[in-house]
Formats: sequence, C-alpha cells, structure tokens
Amino acid sequence: MHSFGYRGNALLTFAVTILAFMCAIASFSDNFSNQTPSAQIQILNINWFQKQPHGNDEVSLTLNITADLQSLFTWNTKQVFAFVAAEYKTSKNSLNQVSLWDAIIPEKEHAKFWIQISNKYRFIDQGYNLRGKDFNLTLHWHVMPKTGKMFADKIVMSGYRLPDAYR
Amino acid sequence: MDWQGQKVVEQLMQILLVISGVVAVVVGYATESFRTMMLIYAGGVVLATLVTVPNWPFYNRHPLEWLDPSEAEKHPKPQVVAKKRFSKK
Repeated sequence: MHSFGYRGNALLTFAVTILAFMCAIASFSDNFSNQTPSAQIQILNINWFQKQPHGNDEVSLTLNITADLQSLFTWNTKQVFAFVAAEYKTSKNSLNQVSLWDAIIPEKEHAKFWIQISNKYRFIDQGYNLRGKDFNLTLHWHVMPKTGKMFADKIVMSGYRLPDAYR
Repeated sequence: MDWQGQKVVEQLMQILLVISGVVAVVVGYATESFRTMMLIYAGGVVLATLVTVPNWPFYNRHPLEWLDPSEAEKHPKPQVVAKKRFSKK
C-alpha cells in the first residue's frame, strides 16, 4: 500500500470481486420470485392448407394469442423471449416442433398482450402428414436476466386439429 | 504513507467496499431496481477511492524515525574485505 498505483490496483481488484458477488446474489434472488404466467391461443382460421411442389405439407393459420407474462419479470430481468410452437407426432419423427411466432418483450408493461396475426414463420411439415393431424400449441418463454442464469419454461395447450383435406 | 497508515488504508478500503456492496444489494432488491443497486455501488467505489488512494495527511501520523546523520557518522559501515577467489581447474 505504499504507492498510488498499488492502492488503486488493490481497490479496483477488490471492487470487481465484490461486483461479481453482487451479481451472483442478484441472480440467486430470482429463485424466490413467484411466477404465475398464463396464456391462451385460439386458431381463428385456417387460411390455406396445401401440398407444396416439393411434396411437403404447408398450412397457414390465423392465431389469436392472449398471454399474461408479467409475473415472470423480476428486478434482474432484461427481457423475455416468447415463442409459439406447434408440436405433433408423425411416423417419421416422434416429436415435431414448428415455431409459428415469436416476440421479444422488453418490459413488464408489454408482457400482458392480445395479438391476432397469421403465423410469422411458415408451418411446413417434413412430409405430407398434416391432414387430420392433432397437435399442441405450446407457448415457450425464456426469461433473460441482466446477470446470471436464464430460465425457460412453457405452457402446453392441446386439442387442436388440422382439417382432413387440403383447402 | 507510513506503515500504520498503510494498514489503516487497507482495512478502510475493504470495509467501505463491502458495506457499499451490501447496502447496494439490499436497497436494489427492496426497490426492485437493478439500476439503483449499480448506482449505489458505483458511488461507494468512488467514495472508497477518494478516501484511500490519495496520500492524505492523517495517514502520516506515525512517521518512520530515520537515523540522524550525525549519529550515522559515529557508526561507519563495515568495509567489505576483497577476498581472493580460487578459480576452478
């Protein structure tokens, strides 16, 4: 501690170490938050349902997505990434997940929303298995922290079914 | 800075930084504001820097007592006798 440089270095190193501890504590405190998200998805319309020239089925849907993800936000949350995936089983794959829509929610105020859109990403099957297919629509979310561990979870909504014939 | 001052400075720096870290986390968690935590901690770091890095006079209250020059002359340094070094054969 005999010179400016020595003291400045010691102070800076210790300050950064303490900062690391503070960030670890902030991340750990996320485990104590009570999270009660809710969501509902309605398929308003099957816009069209075709077999593409390559032989794969494609369907276009209009979705009505209602969600309340406000309880996911803590003091240590930077943003929440949410996406809707259609999940179904075929003889070729035991689980198919096709992402239909996603959004980045930067603030708690924007986390309670109602949106009606056609699917943002194309719903194309690996094959032509979609006629009469039962599928789940799952809302996944990733809570991205300012520091520390990212949490991810989902709500599975089942009971959706595609028509038996192309239209 | 004298020895006593250096010891005080080290302890003061550690205490100030730890306290500002703890206060920052508690206040930030209570107000649900990450930004508040960072601002309080930054303020604490600046305060600790201002208190401990410059060479304030109160860190020099126990100065080292160097030997007086007149006393040093009475006790001359021992002369080093040049020895003959035997070279290896």
